[in-house]
Amino acid sequence: MFLGKVLGPVVATQKYDGLSGIRFYLFQPIDENFNSIGDPMVAVDTVGAREEDVVMWVASREAALALENWFVPIDAAIVGIVDHCGDKTL
Amino acid sequence: MILAKVLDSVVASQKHKSFEGRRIFIVQPVDAKLKVSGTAFLAFDDDIRAGPGDIVLICREGNGCRQIWNDKMAPVNSVIVGFVDEITGPLSKLVPFL
Repeated sequence: MFLGKVLGPVVATQKYDGLSGIRFYLFQPIDENFNSIGDPMVAVDTVGAREEDVVMWVASREAALALENWFVPIDAAIVGIVDHCGDKTL
Repeated sequence: MILAKVLDSVVASQKHKSFEGRRIFIVQPVDAKLKVSGTAFLAFDDDIRAGPGDIVLICREGNGCRQIWNDKMAPVNSVIVGFVDEITGPLSKLVPFL
């Protein structure tokens, strides 16, 4: 699992059957000092994250397990909203 | 499993239900000489009671982590499974440790 910063929502009307009713967000993976790492990615949101939130996200097979309907083609999911990281309050 | 250094604790009040009551740390992978060797990531700590600065052993495989938690549906893939006291052998013998 990694840290990320939510950039904004992604809307896709045409998508795989199991993915209806699920929110997608574009987010930027970040490191321990909140500097960007790599390119932005799209994740499903399972915790009600909003823009600018620092979040915990999980990649690969575990991402789909975060959803109620887990047999879906998902490879990144937001699974927590970070309040503090060390002495950094958000 | 990999060696990593615990950097800081992370608090998230809003999180997946499988994560309730578990401690979360941001950790940085290190090599046998304890030099930083990768991107920082998040890991859970159940029983090890690690703190910032500690060198720990981390399981980074989902099924192994779910077995530790005894939760088949937990979206987890990194759990702290050991607290490293000492590393010996040719890669590490010149390294002052802890």
